[in-house]
Amino acid sequence: MTTPEGITRRRLLVCAAATPPLSVAVHLADAVAVATPAGAQPAGAGAGTAPAGIADIVDFTDALTLAALPTQHLLVVEVTTANRVVVRLPRAEVGQGITTAVAQLAAEELDTRLTDVDVVLEDARPELLFNQLTGGSNTIHALYGPLRQAAAAARARLVTAAARRWGVAAGGLVTRDTSVVAPDGRRATYGELSAAAAAVTIPAVPSTPKDPDDFTVIGRPTSRIDARDIVTGRARYTQDLAVPGALPCVVARPPTLGGTVRTLDDATARAMPGVVAVTRIPTGVAVVAETFDQALAARDALVVGWQPGPAASLSDADVSARLAAGVPGFALPLGSLTVDRTFDFAFVPHAPLEVLNCVAGVRDGRAELWFPSKSPIVAAQRVALALGLPADRVTVHVVRGGGSFGRRLFFDPAIEAARVSQAVGRPVRLLWTRGDDMHHGRLRPASHHKARAVHMLGQVLSYEHRMGSITLDGSHGLGDLLTSVAVDVVGGVGQAMFQLSQHDLYNLGVQSRSLREVDLLFPTGSWRSVFSGQVRTVDEIMVDEVARALGRDPVAFRRDRLRSARTRAVLDRVASAGSWGRTMAPGTAQGVGLHEEYKSVVAFLVELDARDRAHPRVTKAVAAVDVGRAVNPRGLEAQMQGALVDALSVILQAGVHIDAGAVRESSYTDFRYARMRNTPATVEVHVMPPTGEPGGAGELGVPAASAAVANAWARATGTVARRFPIVP
Amino acid sequence: MPSYSFQLNGETVSVDVAADASLLWVLRDTLGVTGPKYGCGVGVCRACTSHLDGAAFQPCTTRVADCAGHAVTTIEGLADGDTLHPVQQAWIDEDVAQCGYCQPGQIMAAAALLATKPNPTDADIDTLENVCRCGTYVRIRRAIHRAAGAGGNGAAGQEHVVA
Repeated sequence: MTTPEGITRRRLLVCAAATPPLSVAVHLADAVAVATPAGAQPAGAGAGTAPAGIADIVDFTDALTLAALPTQHLLVVEVTTANRVVVRLPRAEVGQGITTAVAQLAAEELDTRLTDVDVVLEDARPELLFNQLTGGSNTIHALYGPLRQAAAAARARLVTAAARRWGVAAGGLVTRDTSVVAPDGRRATYGELSAAAAAVTIPAVPSTPKDPDDFTVIGRPTSRIDARDIVTGRARYTQDLAVPGALPCVVARPPTLGGTVRTLDDATARAMPGVVAVTRIPTGVAVVAETFDQALAARDALVVGWQPGPAASLSDADVSARLAAGVPGFALPLGSLTVDRTFDFAFVPHAPLEVLNCVAGVRDGRAELWFPSKSPIVAAQRVALALGLPADRVTVHVVRGGGSFGRRLFFDPAIEAARVSQAVGRPVRLLWTRGDDMHHGRLRPASHHKARAVHMLGQVLSYEHRMGSITLDGSHGLGDLLTSVAVDVVGGVGQAMFQLSQHDLYNLGVQSRSLREVDLLFPTGSWRSVFSGQVRTVDEIMVDEVARALGRDPVAFRRDRLRSARTRAVLDRVASAGSWGRTMAPGTAQGVGLHEEYKSVVAFLVELDARDRAHPRVTKAVAAVDVGRAVNPRGLEAQMQGALVDALSVILQAGVHIDAGAVRESSYTDFRYARMRNTPATVEVHVMPPTGEPGGAGELGVPAASAAVANAWARATGTVARRFPIVP
Repeated sequence: MPSYSFQLNGETVSVDVAADASLLWVLRDTLGVTGPKYGCGVGVCRACTSHLDGAAFQPCTTRVADCAGHAVTTIEGLADGDTLHPVQQAWIDEDVAQCGYCQPGQIMAAAALLATKPNPTDADIDTLENVCRCGTYVRIRRAIHRAAGAGGNGAAGQEHVVA
């Protein structure tokens, strides 16, 4: 390492992202007012053009990006004297591949080798306000500009420093391989220049990011920067951290959702080998021991009398009936001119493979926590509140997470671990067992849908979709975030997210979608693609149904009515690459589905073998995806592949049952998330050429793939599925 | 407390733990070998999959006493020094991992499969039970085929040298 004399390991050049002078506030009510009243045609619109929905004016992606904007200047790219480029990323890496994509952004603008870039997950930084929440598939969309600006600023200063050192014109210098190179061949690494570059106030070359035409790293299929750590077992998750003295901890939890401790006899448990402490917390009884074996054994020995939870009188049939009753039916039956259907979706747990867990040490009026958090600022605040500490005494370290799918927006294990550590005076490593996760993990809300299309003379006059859903819990800070950009969340965070996320893909006459939330006190949480997983599935099934009613081919019918060239392009691509309409054996069929959200569009075409109706299998899938600009096409492909597996799981076979307020399933044995044998050997992902700046990708594939699988089922079996998962 | 000795990644280790202690927690908490992950504790998710005398097994449902005198290999012991096992290299080449949490178990399961079936069919690969909640199955399948092409039984594949 070339380190200037007397200066070691200090990061010297630190470049902040500029803040664009942009601030926009949007009230949902205003957006509604802008939308065309039902039945009227917007001025200048052609026949059959649907009025714009709220999400066509401002959507959830805009809201998240706007909320991050005021603090983007606090994001920094550092160049150390050890010749490392360090990006402290205020987001969580849970498998979506953002650390690799962010490394590409920095490497592109700095002309740095990818291996010279370190992406570090930032501790909770309260000053970042709403710019440290990982959700809404928003990371790359929000950070693409600011991070490149910071990196370009760093490059300009490094070039300027080299020009001064060599007494040459800065304009003649080039950058490559983490170095500045002069026309005569002189070369200095960024590490050598870092100290001098930090003193540059006005760079001698522009600090503007590259023109996309000059990109060589952005857009290049790139493997995960942490792949070797993962395949050698060196990647560290929370429970792998060596936090001195942290003791294993598990919690006895109630048999019903939200149940509480009524009586406790812990005498036997306390006397068992290795048991250090037993303590009551609001969610159950915590056992701290020398080993997890001992903690688990002692947990089994606790004698607890439980107070049933608030939903203890409810089973699946009750939930379905309440949801159906909560959604008003359509007023006028119009006979053969309507396609009128209802649909029900079961609760689905997130079930990330790394169970919920947290390492916490509370002592001397301070708390330090390690866990995979998608909302670490809010988590720190809530931990402080739970412990009775000032907020600035709580440190949250964000650790790489073993999956999330929305679950790690919540921080229940952190609150628990902090409380236990405070009570027992020792640092603890709190672990939810898989059974804990299944029985008490949050759930994608169960939902009921009524949908109706009215058509006449081959034209669709109207399309209505009414969704009834168990209330979505948005208490992880999203409500405050939306409020910060003046989105009205008075109707609930769920209502706001619903209105901000639903795009009309097609011209189907007068369209409306509404959400009624029914509060049955189940623990819920947004699940990869939130409402869209169900809403789009229903919409796309209905499009197939209407096409059938009109005697049209589903793909041709869609082509005629799609509202954007981008969606037509991805549909055309999967239809062509997937040989839409090819002859298939009886009991097998193709199905298509589209989705638009996060400034991105995607189409899926799947082939389904439903000859054994108890064991249907998707045998092939083709996706075409346009995210505006794919920073890492290889990572984008992975997200589409994963989304397909989520989709075929929840549509065909994976959900949970509620028996008297308790989740029936207890592991992956009965929660039938797909295994290898349930998945296709061929998944083709076509990444479309750039059409703009990057949109979101992480959740994008789930709704379209879900719809494609559901439509393939209908075409393979001749029966339109009404309840999901299809195999109960 | 009784003492148990076994081979762990090529070295003899001894632990003083209860006979019914689960090997997973002994590995992770007593011996500091954290590659095998907890995912279910009941042998279903298979995130902890390792090798016992070369065959795939689940430490979470194995008593430490049953390992005495045997050879346990975890993901940490699969590579030959800095030279990755062909399955590990194939995992990198196919960019399999998303969150990565299940992948040590997936790799160990794949390596054990290839040891008995050097050229597995898709039907053979379908027998793998390991859960990947990120849904990386299609890349796992490709990586296994790639490793098989490289001599994935561990005997060959040395052409995959890591730069």
